[in-house]
Amino acid sequence: MVALLDLVQTLTTPHPVDRYLELVRPMLTVRDMRARIISVDRSVPGTISLSLRPTRQWDGLRAGQFLQLGVVIEGVRHLRCYSPVNSQHDRRRRLDLTLRVHPHGLVSRYLHEHARPGMIVDLEPASGVFHLPDHRPARVLLISGGSGITPVLSMLRTLVDEGYSGDVVFLHYARSPELVPHHAELAEIAAAHPNIAVEMRYPERDGRGFDHDELVRVAPWFAEAQTYLCGPPPLMESVRDVYSGADLSERLHTEEFVASTVAVDSAEVDGTTTFSASGVTAENAGASLLEQAEGAGLRPEFGCRMGICFSCTSVRRSGCTRNLRTGELEADPDQPIQLCVQAAVGDVDIEI
Amino acid sequence: MTILTETKDGPLVLSPDQVEEIGRALDELRARVVADLGERDREYIYDIIKAQRGFEIAGRGLMYLGFLPPFWLAGVAALSVSKILDNMEIGHNVMHGQYDWMREPGLNSRVFEWDNVCPGDQWKHSHNYMHHTYTNIHGRDRDIGYGVLRIDEGQDWNPYYLGNPVYAFLLMVFFEWGVMLHDLEADNIVKGKRSWSDLKPLIKGQLRKSGRQVLKDYVAFPLLTGPLFLSTLAGNATANLVRNVWAYSIIFCGHFPSGVQTFTEEETAEETRGEWYVRQMLGSANISGSPLFHIMSGNLSHQIEHHLFPDLPANRYPQIAPEVRALCEKFGLPYNTGPLGKQIGSVWAKIFQLALPPRVQESRLAKFLPAALRKQPTSGVIVMRQQSPTEAGV
Repeated sequence: MVALLDLVQTLTTPHPVDRYLELVRPMLTVRDMRARIISVDRSVPGTISLSLRPTRQWDGLRAGQFLQLGVVIEGVRHLRCYSPVNSQHDRRRRLDLTLRVHPHGLVSRYLHEHARPGMIVDLEPASGVFHLPDHRPARVLLISGGSGITPVLSMLRTLVDEGYSGDVVFLHYARSPELVPHHAELAEIAAAHPNIAVEMRYPERDGRGFDHDELVRVAPWFAEAQTYLCGPPPLMESVRDVYSGADLSERLHTEEFVASTVAVDSAEVDGTTTFSASGVTAENAGASLLEQAEGAGLRPEFGCRMGICFSCTSVRRSGCTRNLRTGELEADPDQPIQLCVQAAVGDVDIEI
Repeated sequence: MTILTETKDGPLVLSPDQVEEIGRALDELRARVVADLGERDREYIYDIIKAQRGFEIAGRGLMYLGFLPPFWLAGVAALSVSKILDNMEIGHNVMHGQYDWMREPGLNSRVFEWDNVCPGDQWKHSHNYMHHTYTNIHGRDRDIGYGVLRIDEGQDWNPYYLGNPVYAFLLMVFFEWGVMLHDLEADNIVKGKRSWSDLKPLIKGQLRKSGRQVLKDYVAFPLLTGPLFLSTLAGNATANLVRNVWAYSIIFCGHFPSGVQTFTEEETAEETRGEWYVRQMLGSANISGSPLFHIMSGNLSHQIEHHLFPDLPANRYPQIAPEVRALCEKFGLPYNTGPLGKQIGSVWAKIFQLALPPRVQESRLAKFLPAALRKQPTSGVIVMRQQSPTEAGV
């Protein structure tokens, strides 16, 4: 098989075999990974659920990880990160995605309008460090808000599939019950497993936001548990505050799903960024290098725009950049950096 | 700065304001096209790719009937078309980044490779960077003569150039190999301007890429046709030759026909954007023809538009060409175009003329030379940059 593939690759050189196959049958690929949409569910308002069948290259995920989905909109392929809600023990070679349709979200709105069974999308392998450890903790607390439910739902389903016997609390924040995807399934899981508690909170209705007392109420053992948190920035912040107050930050694992980067104070920004491969320069304004490059008319590849997917990684030839998430300064020459979370500090040369 | 242009109709002066007006008009034209890029351009390039793959598969398949001359010829023709499309309308343009905006891994200039022995990354250096930045500037643009030919009067004559037509012919026949060797700058090694150690990584890449190409065309596919090995080998070699002759002919029409202007480093120092645009227009030449001809030439028949906007999808060049031409006419700038026969004819005439030392051409003996070898009056343009119109002698 490998020898045959080598021969075919020799014959199609310099183009990869997939560049021929995609013109005939996009799902028949040698190296590229794609997926076919097999079902579409728009029953939850503002949300779309997709089931996908990936090509054979898909080798699974660890509960909580995300993947990148690519669709073509007006001629341009756009990649976005989504966390599948599957159990990692799902052996059906199937991916279930639930995504919030953002009013300004290009890809989510496109999928909401156009996704239909049979449509083929691009797929990148699962990645990310937000996942359950191989050695399962004795107790698990899952906290989510809004569409941050997806990675922790994957974790919950995985634990259920494993017959996990430790305590699990699933604490989810939403605006109203109708807006919670997989609501019925969550209730079923809670009813069938005495060790699993599902706690729904609707702060706008019941006024119950997250605080230390609430944490003690739902999971009195939280200090011995591992906590996985994904949600909007205000929720993330409250939970982080409580955990750092209790000196438990090491037991709190988080994933952002909204970029919470802080631009460099533009009053302090000076210098010029040179995009040396294209011979374009731009005055620094405090925005990310990705935005700065786009503002200068360049079209670098990007994916998540929040520093996780590495699609926009480019080489910083010289100069100093600031990591917009951590504030850290870096100045090693010839280093690959992520343009979407780095801003220039003084003169910088980026090779794009 | 002032640009003084000497045309057939006499001198023409563009004021700095006019030059910048040209720049603004072209920037605006570019912005309009960029804003309009989308599905249509995507479909276009994929249609071309589908056609190219179709011709390639047909060509390879027909070689199995290569013992029958008509099928062998049809196979060579299909494979030649495939290689021409691959190198020109697809490869050249994709590697210019014309389709990078699609963010399609298979059509991204960073990773794309073409069906040619020259590795894409080396070509991008010698072509996209060196040639397109320093178009027609003596001492900077190595496409002026490719380090082998005398193709412009600005190049000093020496006895080596007596072989000019022979070198040009060999370059035409082995064009893809010439393109491959281009980035080595062999003439600079001979002159001691470049050391062998600079070449090591380049040669490594060339061996790797050309090795695969040779393996495919001259070993693997011939072997797959079994007893027709030699027939397939000859067919593949012929297709490569056809592609070489065609690509050479189209590409030489881009900057070498009569009327095209070259520049010196002094003239072009501290150029403004508008002046850069004007240099691209004066230094390039188009070829007129049918839509099919434009596709088969990779739209390099729209060399002027290509040099103004090398990263705009080539299928847009025919659409913007009338506007560029109108802009040239508005400011009295020449818009060099003509049918293939005329353009390539003037290129070959130049190759022969420039083989001879200038003093022969200027001597009384010149009238005994065949007409084609006689020095032609330069009907083109001379561009000078001066600090002010008065200093330019106007």
